[in-house]
Amino acid sequence: MRRIPERKVDIAEAATFTLEAYADTIVPGEKRWPGDRAVAGVSTGGGAVACGALDLLRWDATGIHDGLEDLASRVNDHARAYAEKTGRTLDGTVPPFVSLDYDDRVRLIEELTTPGHPEKDFWVLLSLFCNMAFDSAAHLHTDESIENGHPGLAAMGITVPDTDGLWRFRDFGYGRRLADLHPDTTPSGSPA
Amino acid sequence: MSDTTEKTDVLVIGSGFGGAITAYHLAAGGAKVTVLERGPWLKNDEFEHDYKLGSSYTRIFDFVVGDGMSVLGGNCVGGGSVVYFAAMPRAPRFVFDRHGGIGRRMWPKSVSRETLDPWYDRIEESLSVSKQDWSDASYAGGLWAAACNHAGRTANPLAAAIDNSKCVNCNFMMAGCRFEAKQSLTVNYLPGALAHGAEVRPLHEVQYLERTPGGDYRVHYNIVDDEDYRLQSGSGVIEAKIVVMAAGAAATPVILQRSETRLGTMPHAVGRYFSGNGERLNTAILNEDKVAEILGLSRGDGQLPYGANAIGKGPTVASWDKLDGSLPEYSRYSLEQLYFPPGLGTILAQVPDASGPTWFGKEKKEILKHWKSWLTIFCMTEDDNEGVFGPPPATGNSHRISQQMLGRGNLSYKPTENTWHGWNQADADVKEILEKDGLAKVMPWTNDLVGAYTVHPLASCRMGDDPHTSALDDTSELRGHSGIFVTDGSAVPGALTVNPAMTIAALAERAVPHIVAAARAKGIAVTYGAPAPTGYKSGRDAVLPLLRKKELAGV
Ligand SMILES: Cc1cc2nc3c(=O)[nH]c(=O)nc-3n(C[C@H](O)[C@H](O)[C@H](O)COP(=O)(O)OP(=O)(O)OC[C@H]3O[C@@H](n4cnc5c(N)ncnc54)[C@H](O)[C@@H]3O)c2cc1C
Repeated sequence: MRRIPERKVDIAEAATFTLEAYADTIVPGEKRWPGDRAVAGVSTGGGAVACGALDLLRWDATGIHDGLEDLASRVNDHARAYAEKTGRTLDGTVPPFVSLDYDDRVRLIEELTTPGHPEKDFWVLLSLFCNMAFDSAAHLHTDESIENGHPGLAAMGITVPDTDGLWRFRDFGYGRRLADLHPDTTPSGSPA
Repeated sequence: MSDTTEKTDVLVIGSGFGGAITAYHLAAGGAKVTVLERGPWLKNDEFEHDYKLGSSYTRIFDFVVGDGMSVLGGNCVGGGSVVYFAAMPRAPRFVFDRHGGIGRRMWPKSVSRETLDPWYDRIEESLSVSKQDWSDASYAGGLWAAACNHAGRTANPLAAAIDNSKCVNCNFMMAGCRFEAKQSLTVNYLPGALAHGAEVRPLHEVQYLERTPGGDYRVHYNIVDDEDYRLQSGSGVIEAKIVVMAAGAAATPVILQRSETRLGTMPHAVGRYFSGNGERLNTAILNEDKVAEILGLSRGDGQLPYGANAIGKGPTVASWDKLDGSLPEYSRYSLEQLYFPPGLGTILAQVPDASGPTWFGKEKKEILKHWKSWLTIFCMTEDDNEGVFGPPPATGNSHRISQQMLGRGNLSYKPTENTWHGWNQADADVKEILEKDGLAKVMPWTNDLVGAYTVHPLASCRMGDDPHTSALDDTSELRGHSGIFVTDGSAVPGALTVNPAMTIAALAERAVPHIVAAARAKGIAVTYGAPAPTGYKSGRDAVLPLLRKKELAGV
């Protein structure tokens, strides 16, 4: 039984859009509606955002929950500088990072996560959790998220567990010899 | 004040291989043994199949990101043995003759494969390590074997501490085995230690040691919240005559560093010469048609011939063709099929032939859709012991970020040319085997995100004959600090080219008679000679005559 109730921090809309755009660059998805600006729509099927990246990031279990507004404003500052450097015009109606197209978002994240970048740790951590929303739904119970059609787990082909929520595989191997043993093997199966 | 301080004969820090094995023998020999373990104590039915943060997956792990190296280890009663894959090979003979960066023998002269074999035997008996057969190999292991064979190589099912009659091949081995198929220390040494009166206290994180005026040790700990490890509630002290440090190679040196101002100067090698066991991972994405056509493999019934990343146990098959002692150092390694679950590993996998970024983005998402057809190959090479621990963090061995699991530590690791030589050769070998005739596309994991990555930390307080390059003498005692022994992976002098738990465990067994002798010298009534926790005696009967020759007290 969990004692500590799950806590999700609230963040402003602009920070939400910005971090959605970041998550969508890590694992891209399809636009949620035609005018969706945060999701660039460069991939089919749900990406990190549809998988609940913002729910995961906002959960205090991650330890980055309290820094989200700061991360959003930093990546927007970087986006502004990037736009200036590369001559891109930003659309003032959305946060600067959201205004960048997918390829520019990629280039910026590549820069921020390059070894030696002073803020690399933050961006790697953020990327790690964005990826986790897709590949393991770390904010949800796995069996329930499969049942609810979590797009990431579905894309990866994670199978349905037995009725007790546990995985078991009766057929697990080819069951036959497939190579010769190394000649220097001890009787108990170690290198000689 | 000191009258009210709690006292024990032997205080063991950490309950993994180094801690559980020594706790068992000392308790069985009659000493009062207390084990402090920073992680929780999970019962069988608490081992969940669930990737949610806060399930057993994250509660029993510790992932510390350093500068150039990240370490994944166990964080629970039973330590790494609860999360490990139970592959238990002995280290090849040449390992004990390695020279590494110091240019002379790294291991103490008294330790060789021949002298360690009786101790390996004790572990095989205690953990029911058995030779696995081809029928025990998972699809992933079978595929690796078939690919090796196709490339003119050999391959071996791995010796493992798994009771196959109980294993359901769930592939959730890293979350703890609720079927008791995996022979973790929680089903052998630890129950044995408890039966002999040892006390195991979970959620007790040791911070530092100091000396009492009488020459004993005072061990300071904090109590960790059982759900949110960032929270600590209270602290305490225990006095002990003997301290066994077994917090793991990423934590033991940090505790000693933090104790230095109270204990006095530490040997130079404390917190230096860290080795990641030369680990390197490669992800192959298989071409299922080629697997069927070229390797002739089938899973029957319209199933992909491989398509089985999710089915299995840990590593079941390894290739030992490059474990050839006549090859030059840094070019000897094993290549082992491995399973790595999502959440921890997939982000580090890179897209072969990518036109954009390799670890994220749209092409990465495409390969995630083929995740079932991924095969992970684990290279264990000879690295150069280049890791160094910086100043210790405020508590534990890292600054904790997440509720569980994730922290930032002060280990720095800048791989040398020697290490890269080994890694590059192993990478090229994996590529040659798996890309032959278009079977797969292979890329190594990126080091750019969290540095190199190890689940096998070693050598941060290594044993040796030379006081300048080793922290421990050949009995595993800390130089200059009599009564402190280090029995975990820190003691192993360097990379082993195979999975290390078997060697860590054998060295812990080997240290016990020396700890017994030191304890007796301090007036503790303890003897050596317990059978294996399973009750078997042949391992013990083989080592006793060897020990008597050494005339160790109490043996
Ligand atoms: C996912 C995974 C798979 C693995 N698979 C294999 C395998 O198949 N074969 C193999 O040979 N090896 C494997 N290993 C490695 C193996 O688990 C380790 O080499 C082994 O457990 C190390 O033993 P140890 O005694 O050095 O430390 P550990 O087993 O790590 O034990 C150290 C214990 O000390 C505790 N501790 C740390 N700091 C403190 C503190 N300050 N106070 C109190 N307690 C503390 C930790 O919580 C931990 O329980 C694997 C490791 C991982 C992570």
